[in-house]
Amino acid sequence: MWLKLGRRLGSLVIVMFLVATMVFFLTRLAPGDPAALMLGDQATAEDIARLRQVYGLDKPILVQFILWLKEIATGNLGQSIFLQRPVIQAIAERAEPTFFLALFSVSVAALVGIPAGIASAVWRGRLVDQIVSGLAMLAANIPSFWLGLIFIQLFAVRLGWFPVAGYGEPGAPFMERVLHLALPATVLGIVNSALIVRFTRASMLDVLSEDYVRTARSKGLSEVRVVLRHAFGNALVPIITVVGLTAALLVGGAIVTETVFGLPGIGNLVVSAVLRRDYPVIQGALIVVAGIYVLINLLIDIIYTFVDPRVRY
Amino acid sequence: MNMDTPSLLSIQDLEVRFRTEDGEVTPVRGVTLSVSPGETVALVGESGSGKSVTSLATMGLLPRPAGRVSGGKILFRQRSGQTVDLATLPLPDLRRLRGAEIAMVFQEPMTSLNPVLTVGEQIAESVRLHMGLGHASALKRAAEMLDLVEIPNARRRVHEYPHQMSGGMRQRVMIALAMSCNPSLLIADEPTTALDVTIQAQILVLIQRLQREIGMGVLFITHNLGVVAEIADRVTVMYAGQVVETGSVGELFRTPRHPYTSALLNCLPARARRGEDGRRVVQSIPGSIGKVGNGCAFAPRCGQATDSCQAGSVLLETEMDRSVRCLRWREILA
Repeated sequence: MWLKLGRRLGSLVIVMFLVATMVFFLTRLAPGDPAALMLGDQATAEDIARLRQVYGLDKPILVQFILWLKEIATGNLGQSIFLQRPVIQAIAERAEPTFFLALFSVSVAALVGIPAGIASAVWRGRLVDQIVSGLAMLAANIPSFWLGLIFIQLFAVRLGWFPVAGYGEPGAPFMERVLHLALPATVLGIVNSALIVRFTRASMLDVLSEDYVRTARSKGLSEVRVVLRHAFGNALVPIITVVGLTAALLVGGAIVTETVFGLPGIGNLVVSAVLRRDYPVIQGALIVVAGIYVLINLLIDIIYTFVDPRVRY
Repeated sequence: MNMDTPSLLSIQDLEVRFRTEDGEVTPVRGVTLSVSPGETVALVGESGSGKSVTSLATMGLLPRPAGRVSGGKILFRQRSGQTVDLATLPLPDLRRLRGAEIAMVFQEPMTSLNPVLTVGEQIAESVRLHMGLGHASALKRAAEMLDLVEIPNARRRVHEYPHQMSGGMRQRVMIALAMSCNPSLLIADEPTTALDVTIQAQILVLIQRLQREIGMGVLFITHNLGVVAEIADRVTVMYAGQVVETGSVGELFRTPRHPYTSALLNCLPARARRGEDGRRVVQSIPGSIGKVGNGCAFAPRCGQATDSCQAGSVLLETEMDRSVRCLRWREILA
């Protein structure tokens, strides 16, 4: 178990190095010069050259890469070119809305998707299954921006139950944050529940035809206990995988949803950084998101060992 | 059948239908058999003869909604003395009997135990439900059961998961699970087929020992006549969903009346060696169930068949404690 964990952490370092390499060079493939963008149309060639020197953009690209690697290896993500503050600080400021949005969305998706998937499998081919499968198909194909706009129109504008957009005043109480997140989290939850429904249904159908489910029935257990304890307990591994991956994707920032609901999250930060060629921010944000993604994957693997004893040994 | 002891289980003219994509099939059509307390009845037949379907129907475990009992009765005498028809018993009442008074051991020990629960939890779950014990005493009972089925270090192994055990050990666990609430009827569906020969023998001895101790009736489903000779008191032979012959082990092995039974017995290596022309194999493939016409289902494969065999339905003829479903058995024997 510990050996396995150590090996996983080792491969994590390699993965992060590959991510860093790709992030650095892909960012630079895009045309455009941050110095020129920053100084505007009136800037002279000398001004631009001076600014490029300040940010080290004049050095050969490989040298820039090695310098940057050294920095991030010590945990320093550098200085934003436009925001006039450390990248890590810029990310930290935007992390809260994204984190809670991801958390609430995944919760909604799991709370909707898992029971629906179980019901769909238990009553396979019946009306419940047809309705659930139909709705899941619909949810998977609805664009989140469209559903977001409908929700804003209905629940915020017409009914006035929730704020239209934004994340409230700085320092507002947590409940107000929750109100601001309710609509975007529901939208993302519904859209992402589709995959969870399908995985839960498929996994439960596999398990329900297993011999040990018949054994459980032969013991005289109630159907609820057979389904929830004996079948669901065995169907968990793929379900945890898909829920975890959904969470990991959402931590990267739901760019479209954050934009529609005007949430100042990571997704927003990355979009504006890309538009301004703010290399340090783009790189830093992608490194952090990739790091979280990898960590969530590691967490999923650790959770496996709790739900499936066969993985433990 | 011994008339003094009323039957524990009495299946009468059972018919089971399955809906399939090609329409309805009838894998079991007219199965009649009985099991008395303390008696072991072997249900014998080749794959697809309807043995397992008969046992699943008895437990009410036919795959739903495809399968259903479409005729006949499955009478079971409860501990209270009341006799119920398992085929029509409401599900909640059936659940009270399952695991408590009727228990089942399945063919596949490798897949019949839940991989994410310890074997102790799986036994204790049944004990808690039917015997009303608390968590700790149920687990203690589970350990006692493991001890009873001769699993070494039972108190430690009660906390192990199925994947930590061999196939033979798992089948012992299945038996411990089935026996945990002292059932009066055990249905064993090919419990030794998936095991090594040496382990098979151990499991058979174990089932016999426990049966003597608890005094339960056993319906033992198998296709292995060697096993039948070893453990059964009486034998019921099935072919294409029907009972073709019933009798005590001694009589049936000595003087089989149905040509199919004779053919099966001739497949036993010991008999084949004694025979003149070596081993005689039952020829061709078994008749497709559900599409059998009126006459004797075995007729197309039977060396003794005449035109009259395929003319009309053949009834199960009962004489003393033997039954046979063959028009010509007297001629053939003579």
